Amino acid sequence: MNRYPWWKNLLIILVLLLGIFFALPNLYGENPALQISKRNAVMDQAAVDKAVAALKAANIPVKSARLEDKDGLIQFSSTDAQLKAVNVVREALGEDYPVALNLAPAAPRWMQDMGAKPMYLGLDLRGGVHFLMQIDMQAAIKTALERRVDGMRGDLRKANIRYVAADVENGNEIALRFPDAAARDAALKSMAGNYPELKFNTEERNGEPYLTAKFTDAGATAERKAAVDQNITTLRNRVNELGVAEPLIQQQGDDRIVVELPGIQDTVRAKEIIGATATLEFRLVSGTPTDWVDAEQSGRVPPDARLYHEKDGRPILLKRQVIVTGDRITGASSGFDQRSGSPAVFVNLDGQGARRMADITGQNIGKQMGVVFIEHRTETKMVDGKPVKDKKVIQQVINVATIQDQLANRFQITGLDSPEEARDLALLLRAGALRAPMDIVEERTVGPSLGAQNIQSGVNASILGFALVAAFMLIYYRVFGVTAVVALAVNLILIVAVLSLLQATLTLPGIAGMVLTLGIAVDANVLINERIREELRNGLTPHAAIKAGYERAFATIIDSHVTTLLAAIVLFALGAGAVKGFAVTLTIGILASLFTAIMVTRALVNLIYGRRVRLTKISI
Amino acid sequence: MFNLFPYNAKFDFFGKRKYAYIISALLLIASIVSLSTRGINLGLDFTGGVVLEVGYSKAADLDAIRADLKKNDFKEAVVQYFGSSETVMIRLPPAKGQNQNQLADHVLSVLKKQDAGATMRRVEFVGPAVGKELFNSGGLAMIVVLSGLLIFVSLRYQLKMATGAVLTLSHDLIMVFGFISVTGIEFNLTVLAAYLALAGYSINDMIVVFDRMRENFRKIRKGTEIEIMNASVNQTMSRTVITATTTFLSVLSLYIFGGEALRGFAETLLVGIVLGTFSSIYVASSLSLDLGLKRKDLLKLTDKEKLVDTAP
Repeated sequence: MNRYPWWKNLLIILVLLLGIFFALPNLYGENPALQISKRNAVMDQAAVDKAVAALKAANIPVKSARLEDKDGLIQFSSTDAQLKAVNVVREALGEDYPVALNLAPAAPRWMQDMGAKPMYLGLDLRGGVHFLMQIDMQAAIKTALERRVDGMRGDLRKANIRYVAADVENGNEIALRFPDAAARDAALKSMAGNYPELKFNTEERNGEPYLTAKFTDAGATAERKAAVDQNITTLRNRVNELGVAEPLIQQQGDDRIVVELPGIQDTVRAKEIIGATATLEFRLVSGTPTDWVDAEQSGRVPPDARLYHEKDGRPILLKRQVIVTGDRITGASSGFDQRSGSPAVFVNLDGQGARRMADITGQNIGKQMGVVFIEHRTETKMVDGKPVKDKKVIQQVINVATIQDQLANRFQITGLDSPEEARDLALLLRAGALRAPMDIVEERTVGPSLGAQNIQSGVNASILGFALVAAFMLIYYRVFGVTAVVALAVNLILIVAVLSLLQATLTLPGIAGMVLTLGIAVDANVLINERIREELRNGLTPHAAIKAGYERAFATIIDSHVTTLLAAIVLFALGAGAVKGFAVTLTIGILASLFTAIMVTRALVNLIYGRRVRLTKISI
Repeated sequence: MFNLFPYNAKFDFFGKRKYAYIISALLLIASIVSLSTRGINLGLDFTGGVVLEVGYSKAADLDAIRADLKKNDFKEAVVQYFGSSETVMIRLPPAKGQNQNQLADHVLSVLKKQDAGATMRRVEFVGPAVGKELFNSGGLAMIVVLSGLLIFVSLRYQLKMATGAVLTLSHDLIMVFGFISVTGIEFNLTVLAAYLALAGYSINDMIVVFDRMRENFRKIRKGTEIEIMNASVNQTMSRTVITATTTFLSVLSLYIFGGEALRGFAETLLVGIVLGTFSSIYVASSLSLDLGLKRKDLLKLTDKEKLVDTAP
């Protein structure tokens, strides 16, 4: 007699029901939708209502509209309507509400509330861009030291200690030169406590007293971590500005950041915005136009000034001391200067920035102030077969204006070439500056049509694979084939359910892993069924043969599955991108098949044959 | 009962292992010759560079595209159809003196000038340093899988069997490499995944045979090693062939419907399954036999059994 205890049957039914429940959202598919957020604030119902009213006025049918988490979500029944709607909503709500194209699960609300969502499709299935960006840590350390040199100059002035020069040397060391050793020792005494992350050193160079400072190991590590963290924050802000739904931005390794933007079409612009390092600095102008030309020709620059160039190449001297840098900017929008009609960026400063701006402009009314536009550019060139990075920092004075009045927290900048330039600069200023420049070291872009085609290929291959394997098993093992095929179907449902539940990324190789699992999963049933046949030939009764078959095949099944599992886990641990997706589905598939091929088929066999006392023949 | 393989067969596998060795040796030599002369067509993932897949509304004129790219200083561009004549794949080596990550955009703008209907389907750019890293982690994955399997099999079975298994696995993997080399399949991350999955599959096949050998060595007290191993292979033959068939069928559907992106993956697996089946039947067991596998190696008795056995 072959019977399962009631709790085993119950367990199987429970697992099956859960599997179906979590796999179900995938059948509903997804609706094209618009995702609306509010800049620097939580989205409000009023804005959603306003958007819906505008859509109604434009005769675009809306399927549903609601607030969800922090965003508004408006669903449509066709991509056509969605594409028409995006412009209508953007116009109705204005610049403060970024609108992104998105796909929303079409499954009923109560299902989603219980955590049942469709599988998360990878970029190769839904289309989009994947960037891997490498942070230039040397530059990060250098700019971090430069920031501290600025601070030290201020410290020394405040403490009335005279110094000859203060610069960053070799990109990794601050070098302060003093007129005499007494000034240096006083400087060391006054500053040492302020910079715990630096290690100070006193030395003589060419007989002159120097104070040098380098990052301690812990200080450098903290600075590198800060560079990664701030770059991620900035990237997130910029991507939000671009209006991308469900972006993925995360650290990879020590100095890399992965950015995935599903559904983005204009990759050129995405790249420009993401990789841009543009920021602004405000400095007072130093000297007169004749000083500027002299400085360029002779190469002699006054110690408190630096030589810059304007857009047309003319030289200009600006004070070394910065009034305000770009990271004090809290808001920026683009528009036009009311008097001249030229493109302009309107800038808001934070409290500290506004105070400094007010102080300095108040004391310098009638003098000139320059706006410096700073951008890092990296070009990779091949020298002797090796890639060599050529880094350039472009520093241009985009605007020089006479200070008419004390400036406060809000003012405008002109001197931009086009409205597009003004719009992009405003976006970059809003999103914040990158702490360190980055290079794109890997890029993968998949167009949406290829994505749809890949899904279709995957679905077709899965259906054919299932049909072929099922037909083979049915012909070969008859009733025991039926149980194997049911188990296989349950296996598929469980794979989909677990993938949906984990929200693991499904890629095309992931689908390949699923199809491959179909072939491998029945192996357990083949082992069991062959064993049962063998035991029957050895003269066992059907009931005894079934029991012996399942029991004896078990150890073999475990052994053989462990080896495949081992390969899959190594693939997951060491694999990148596409390979990982394959490893995930293969692993889930193999684990699920242990349950389905052994327990589910046994329960079915017990159901079919278990109650018959005088069983003389089984169909295998 | 319907059988692919007669259950009472007494085919003398191991008596004829000479022939299997000869076939193996020939295939191995062919593989190594091809690997050393033709090498492997490493994909973008490992070499770095740029790949573009461009879709056209009608059949694309490859010569015109090549000429156009040449005119615009993309002299090393490789242009070929990808799956259909409306899809074109363009491959560029790591660039010289150009900003690499803008290369793809430049190429696309050149193509759009020629035919406004050209649409970008896929762009992949991999920096040379990243390519090298992916290559190294791929190699590492292979080493970890092989040594992991060696440890598992020697713990669960026996060192001679494990050595046989790993030799067989290396034999399979060299041959599949040979196949990839001969056919010129682009070896990328997806094919690497197929390749490592194959290692798992191949070992899986061997384990089932080994498992039966261990059982039979303990059960059948009479008979030589060769007789018992022959019996074991004969008994597991049906299962080996059936599992190979179902796996082959599922991969076949990937080959038919998976499209260009999975073609290399499917081809590698299809050939690998056939090779793995042959080698798990023949090579693995034959090797462990010739490595000196004896009955006593597998008679790991429990303490109780040992006591009984040592009694006179």
